[in-house]
Amino acid sequence: MNDTICAISTSIGIGAISIVRITGPEAIEIVEKIFSGKLSDKETHTIHYGHIVDNDQVIDECLVMLMRKPKTYTTEDTVEINCHGGISTTEKILELLINNGARLAEPGEFTKRAFLNGRINLLEAESVNDLIIAKTDAARTLAINNVDGILTNKIRNIREKIVKILSNIEVNIDYPEYTDELEVTHELLDKYLVDISKELDNLVSGAKNGRIIKNGVNVAIIGKPNVGKSSILNHLLDEEKAIVTNIPGTTRDIVEGTITLNGVALNFIDTAGIRATDDIVEKIGVDKSKSVANSADIIIYVLNNNEEISPEELEIMGNLDSEKLIVFVNKSDLEQKINLGNISREIILGNTVTDNGLDKLLIAIKDKLKLDSIVNKDMSYLSNVRGITLVNKANEALKNAYNSLKNNMPVDVIEIDLKSAWEYLGEIIGDSYEDELVDNIFSNFCLGK
Amino acid sequence: MYDCIVVGGGHAGIEACHIAAKMGKNTLLVTANFKNVGDMPCNPSIGGTAKGIIVREIDALGGLMGHIADISQIQIKMLNNSKGPAVRSLRAQADKITYPKMMQETLKETKNLTIKETMIEDLIVEDNKTRGVITSTGEKIYSKTVILTTGTYLKGNILIGSENTPSGPHGEARSNYLSDKLKEYGLKIIRLKTGTPQRIKKDSIDFSVLQREDGDNHYWTFSFDYEPSYKIEDQVPCYLVYTNENTHQIIRDNLEKSAMYGGFATGVGPRYCPSIEDKIVRFADKPRHQLFLEPESLYYDDYYLQGFSTSMPRDVQEKMVHSLHGLENAVITKYAYAIEYDAIDPLQIKPSLENKVLENLFTAGQINGTSGYEEAAGQGIIAGINAVLKIDGKDPLILKRSDAYIGVLIDDLVTKGTIEPYRMLTSRAEFRLILRHDNADLRLREYAYKIGAINESQYQKLINKKQKINGLIKYLKENHISKNNETIKIFTKFNKNIPTANISYYDLLKRPEITLEFISQLIPLDYSEEIKEQVEIMVKYEGYINKAYKEVEKLEKLEEKEIPEDIDYNKVHNLASEARQKLSIVRPKTIAQASRISGVNPVDISVLSIYLKKEYNNE
Repeated sequence: MNDTICAISTSIGIGAISIVRITGPEAIEIVEKIFSGKLSDKETHTIHYGHIVDNDQVIDECLVMLMRKPKTYTTEDTVEINCHGGISTTEKILELLINNGARLAEPGEFTKRAFLNGRINLLEAESVNDLIIAKTDAARTLAINNVDGILTNKIRNIREKIVKILSNIEVNIDYPEYTDELEVTHELLDKYLVDISKELDNLVSGAKNGRIIKNGVNVAIIGKPNVGKSSILNHLLDEEKAIVTNIPGTTRDIVEGTITLNGVALNFIDTAGIRATDDIVEKIGVDKSKSVANSADIIIYVLNNNEEISPEELEIMGNLDSEKLIVFVNKSDLEQKINLGNISREIILGNTVTDNGLDKLLIAIKDKLKLDSIVNKDMSYLSNVRGITLVNKANEALKNAYNSLKNNMPVDVIEIDLKSAWEYLGEIIGDSYEDELVDNIFSNFCLGK
Repeated sequence: MYDCIVVGGGHAGIEACHIAAKMGKNTLLVTANFKNVGDMPCNPSIGGTAKGIIVREIDALGGLMGHIADISQIQIKMLNNSKGPAVRSLRAQADKITYPKMMQETLKETKNLTIKETMIEDLIVEDNKTRGVITSTGEKIYSKTVILTTGTYLKGNILIGSENTPSGPHGEARSNYLSDKLKEYGLKIIRLKTGTPQRIKKDSIDFSVLQREDGDNHYWTFSFDYEPSYKIEDQVPCYLVYTNENTHQIIRDNLEKSAMYGGFATGVGPRYCPSIEDKIVRFADKPRHQLFLEPESLYYDDYYLQGFSTSMPRDVQEKMVHSLHGLENAVITKYAYAIEYDAIDPLQIKPSLENKVLENLFTAGQINGTSGYEEAAGQGIIAGINAVLKIDGKDPLILKRSDAYIGVLIDDLVTKGTIEPYRMLTSRAEFRLILRHDNADLRLREYAYKIGAINESQYQKLINKKQKINGLIKYLKENHISKNNETIKIFTKFNKNIPTANISYYDLLKRPEITLEFISQLIPLDYSEEIKEQVEIMVKYEGYINKAYKEVEKLEKLEEKEIPEDIDYNKVHNLASEARQKLSIVRPKTIAQASRISGVNPVDISVLSIYLKKEYNNE
């Protein structure tokens, strides 16, 4: 890992300026070969104006940022070339760097170096990854807060609390004859465990929010053919001026389009890859609608105001999780033939012709997800799967400790689970070692940083 | 020519020479003075938290300490008896006259063991191989292996205030040259310090104002082979004493006169056993510190003032002692002192306790940087065993961290090194639920039998015990409670919840409030206390014990990840420089061992793992 790596740090093709970044022992030397000015005699953390040249041919006018080790992102010598955007120019510069001895960075390699050089911890490294792929502003804030270590500090604080108890218990064990020392009794431990458990619960519920902020929520619109699913979707997307593309979502589902609601991405999914024109209700039936309910965070079930509701539909709706379900009765502009009294769920009445009721639909989604309370908080949520799994494990260990306490197990036995909770939390911030962890994490990093 | 020469007759040396002789090797014990063999120069006790378990382990391995402590103790206690089974540990007040006397008698009667009184000042070394020892008179004695257990005798210096006397404990002659010679042979020498408190004349103590601490009302032994040979009512009490503000003021006023704070000492003292001036300085807000008065012997009148170790000059010590309630008129028979001595950096020792630089040289005890009789003896027996195995060309006995506290002790020493005298603590053992007082024989006697450290009848006893344990477990599993008026009456009488179904007694025992003693009201349990205790622990803590074994498995997987012996840590890029340095010195055998080295962080382990994968999987 003592070679010099480079990559384009900004999105390709978008924006007026692109940044090409190079880091490693020969970073300065290599840039000097293609830069009109001199760098090796300049102070660290300075900006220099000049041109990128290829055999006397000027490629671009640029600003070059010189950052000498160790105060850089990777802690190695780093140079950033700010050039004019555009794919051909940027790629030409990258090519020049590579021709002069740099190597194209692997996905996430800058961050990997920062981590391996001890500049950032695991959680921070993962957050950088989150930051890069963040979809919304809220997701970006979340990632930045993790990079800054707010979450790391939260976890450290909990660990400190635990370790204080652990060491007190150890003192009681190793020096039983010293009766002046505070003895950790079952009563005290009860108090401590409840206290720590609360903090972990907060982390866990925060984790749920973190995941919502980071990945957004999946919304499925289902219903019989011709109830107006597509026009509802198009209206929602159009109204919020969202990007309507077929991009792969975070699940196996296809995202039809994404809008931002209170800073959270709503990913409208074409359930299980079935196009909206297909009839999920008729084709798949009751059983499959359950699996749809599992993959979506919100289900908008669309009914036709102008049509009788069938017993099958009632059955399907009855099987859907009411926590996720919003019933939208479309075509309120037409004659009401539906018997709303048959539906035991709360309903929203509206139509896409006069644009009626769609705002209520959005409010209903907001309420179901409790979006107001999520995004207004301090935004230091745990958001990646590894971290959440470990917090859950820590929480489980703590609950085990609590059970042992209630079963009147001796303090030193209760301590065993408390210690595992402490170790799991340490794993999140990379304070304890878990085999093969690093490789797993870094294979998930995206290109650029 | 001897098979094995043991230099030093302290607790490490005794176990080393005894086990080597017992295993059939022609062994020589060299000591400056045989009447000091087995001496207890510091505290008059054997065992204590974690240490008591080490004594059990020594006994399980065929050593002497447990039995001799049993027959010389004048008070015995099970510490942490109210806590869980994992942290219980025996502690005995051993009579300072009886203990060494019994040890000396035992050694005299040990077959294959010769004893010689002289000082050793050099080794016979050829091509980095140890061939024997050279005495202070220049006599050369040849042997296949040498075990150094020199305690604090290597350039020992006794410090009282600004006084600095070259001496071993008891004013015995110290070894002046041996540590220099070791340095010449390429060993790194470190300097350590320890201390011992005052001894107080019995009839000058006002016991009436002190809190009395009696022995247990229950018979205990360290030994797995002998029955208790004492009477509960014959036990001698200890007493509790407290420091007060006046004591603290005297110490603060005279701080610069102490050897430590006055800058007269160079060695590093232990954190867990600080001098009283250390305690006053470091815990300034504590209004009082606990001290203990422990009887040293039935044959003389000294009481040991535990917790008051100091290197203050004598006149200050007088004032300090007299400030204590109950000791206002105390007569000090021996002043506290600190002792500095040379030790070898334990990072130069292999897990077998053989030296990495000098082949056939083994070391054990304080010379390896530890403190405590039990820690010394635990290493002594392993050094003795491994010297024998080395002579026989066999693999060494290396106890794992999940086998024994002795395994934890040695792994810590050779992996982490130490900058202060190392004391065993319960918290150093991550698998303490497995490393219990009650199961030391179950853990270690198979090993001991295999290498010939215990005899056939001891082994048969182990087999019997295992059979009885399995028998009782089977019996509890196969029999179910029958709910009739009779049993319901018993449940009600003892205020226990009546099970809703006819569950097995095994499942019944899992309930927190149920004991085997209670079950014996329901069905006959014809088993000894020892067996019942073992089964009760195994059943009640089954879930936790299984979890611990899973952790052991995980660790063993990491232990399987071997680091090639020829690795050049300079080629592993991105290692922190401290980690690189430590890894190069320790040269861990496995990733697991590497991860335990202090100064080697998880990140370094990741880097190392990635390097190993890249470099050695490509071959």
